[in-house]
Amino acid sequence: MFKSDDICTQVMQSKEPLLEIKNLHAGIDGNVILNGIDIEIGPGEIHAIMGRNGSGKTTTANIVMGHPDFDVEDGEIKLMGNDLLDLEPWERAKEGVFLSFQYPQAVPGLQVGNFLKKSVASIKGDEAAKGKNFRELLKKSMKELNMPSSFLSRYVNDGFSGGEKKRFEILQMMLLQPKLAILDETDSGLDIDGIRTVATGINSSIRGTGSGALIITHYSRILDYVKPDKIHVLIDGKIVATGDSTLATDLEENGYDWLEEKIKGGDE
Amino acid sequence: METSQEARDVVGDYKSGWHDTENSTIRFDSGLSEKVVRDISKIKDEPEWMTEIRVKAYQHFIEREMPTWGNMSMLEQIDFEEVCYYLRSSSATENDWDEVPDEIRNTFERLGIPEAEQKWLSGVTAQYESEAVYHSIREDLVAQGVIFLDMDSGLREYPEIVKKWFCSVVPYSDNKFSALNTAVWSGGSFIYVPKGVHVEMPVQAYFRINAKNMGQFERTLIVADEGSSIHYVEGCTAPTYSTDSLHSAVVELVALPGSHIRYSTVQNWSANVYNLVTKRGIAHKNAKIEWVDGNIGSKLTMKYPSVILKGEGSHAEVISVAYSGNGQHQDAGAKIHHIASNTTSKILSKSISKDGGRGSYRGMVTVSPKAENCKLNIVCDALILDDESRSDTYPTMEVANPTARCEHEASVSKVSDEQLFYLMSRGHSEEEALALIVNGFFEPFTRELPMEYAVELNKLMALEMEGSIG
Repeated sequence: MFKSDDICTQVMQSKEPLLEIKNLHAGIDGNVILNGIDIEIGPGEIHAIMGRNGSGKTTTANIVMGHPDFDVEDGEIKLMGNDLLDLEPWERAKEGVFLSFQYPQAVPGLQVGNFLKKSVASIKGDEAAKGKNFRELLKKSMKELNMPSSFLSRYVNDGFSGGEKKRFEILQMMLLQPKLAILDETDSGLDIDGIRTVATGINSSIRGTGSGALIITHYSRILDYVKPDKIHVLIDGKIVATGDSTLATDLEENGYDWLEEKIKGGDE
Repeated sequence: METSQEARDVVGDYKSGWHDTENSTIRFDSGLSEKVVRDISKIKDEPEWMTEIRVKAYQHFIEREMPTWGNMSMLEQIDFEEVCYYLRSSSATENDWDEVPDEIRNTFERLGIPEAEQKWLSGVTAQYESEAVYHSIREDLVAQGVIFLDMDSGLREYPEIVKKWFCSVVPYSDNKFSALNTAVWSGGSFIYVPKGVHVEMPVQAYFRINAKNMGQFERTLIVADEGSSIHYVEGCTAPTYSTDSLHSAVVELVALPGSHIRYSTVQNWSANVYNLVTKRGIAHKNAKIEWVDGNIGSKLTMKYPSVILKGEGSHAEVISVAYSGNGQHQDAGAKIHHIASNTTSKILSKSISKDGGRGSYRGMVTVSPKAENCKLNIVCDALILDDESRSDTYPTMEVANPTARCEHEASVSKVSDEQLFYLMSRGHSEEEALALIVNGFFEPFTRELPMEYAVELNKLMALEMEGSIG
């Protein structure tokens, strides 16, 4: 009995999408930003959203994390079948959502080491933030990201360079081990070595774990290292094209205008 | 947050707001007169010269106007006739906790004082209302000649040292409240550290007002002889009553050549206490005085720890934080006078206001014409948590010597929604996120405190942030 139940649950889980965004309409202060977005990410998958500035990429990320400034007018967001929309940001974090911020905020006086410990305790439980396992994961992750241990006594994002901020976001992701990681322009402002390091971090914490990731980016470069399963192109709050990694290459070569023309042409 | 639950179980919002049954042996009728002043002196069996200073100070208090600055409308609400100027709850100062009367001992046990003494202090004095009820100091320090007594015992046992320094740093005529304190002072600490002796672990004084309408007027004098050092820590609490109490202390520090005095305060009076305190030190050649001053509680605090840099090469530091909540005004700051050459000073002031609270930084730094090559550094930061709250800065600098190097920075900031969202996305509720920001803001102060105090302060601030999100 027990066995068949277990198998049954496993099968159910693997069929169920990790993240399901359905018909999402949202805006801020009465201005519509998202016009019906659908994205479905399965366990172990990495997707990317590409688009121009102002197309609604960051808004999508913020809404999944639960930013209080945005109003969701219609649609659904589910993580492993659980509705996220009624949850506070910290509850979503505990469900397994993680957002790597485009502009991480500074908190002067709050030490990195202390903050990491507190965040891990809050999301994964007190035990996870104690003892050898935590210290080893921390050490290993920092090594992978080329961060010196002196980093731990600095204040959160206070006086960090652009690259340090992005690495710190990835460090948090590696320690918090989310089910869904949303990376909002984590590659912007990074040099090629930085992009490679960050991509290594993403690959090691998503690939083969059953977790998923949504990468938001302008450029295809990071996608050379992460190799997404699907790419969605967002224009004016709508996904206008979904494809494999060749879509990124086409966009890089021909620009968004090409895609717009192509779609218009298709409509006529 | 376990601590807050514990605290709430005990007293609602203000953690130290419980009160024990008043069991006073002697309680003066409310109100002030020359007779009250003489009676206090008589009860204490003081030398004639002390009685005379008290009476002179009383005369000055009567004649002196209220300050014409600061929060005058709050100051005017003080009714000096309603205050009880002397209340003794225990007939003796004990040096064994078991001898302290039960109710009083319970109070200090609930505040964790005996435990702290065993773990990390060189000596403890605990004052309940007007008198010290418990006192102890480590034997090895006594053997080295360190004197640590309550002020009354100090006057009895070392009248010549007390006479030499009493009122030498803060004359009774300094301000209305220093006059009041000099007239009716009772309790406080008297410390003398002999030449070259370093007191490694801090000594602590604990002040508790328990009775209603009580006035507590402790008087502290610390003399650090040449090349010595000491760290003195004081904590203050009171129960929450609907009527006001008055705490008006005077602290005098004398740092003789090459010595180092650090004086740390975590003031957490309940929101019905007026806290009007004069704190000043004189630093002689190459001496160093540091005030580490935390103001969390009280209704109105007016306190500007000051240092007179009298000797060449002396150094002053004032690091302060103030938290002003609903109905509170923390008017705090620092005063430093560079009298001698090559003297240096640093002021770091941080204030947080919330729920309509008001924080003011009031600072004065002067450099005398003859003081060459002085260095001054002043940083004031204010954090305002909502639109109802207020923060003001009143910095004054009078630099009469062109060789002085002055740096002054001031900032006012608000907690941004983006900062909160960032922290919330890491699993912290809105209140926890706010506490992380606030404790971070206070960190330059808390890192200067002994660890036990720093932990306590962080818990206290987390408690203050609770229920703050609408």
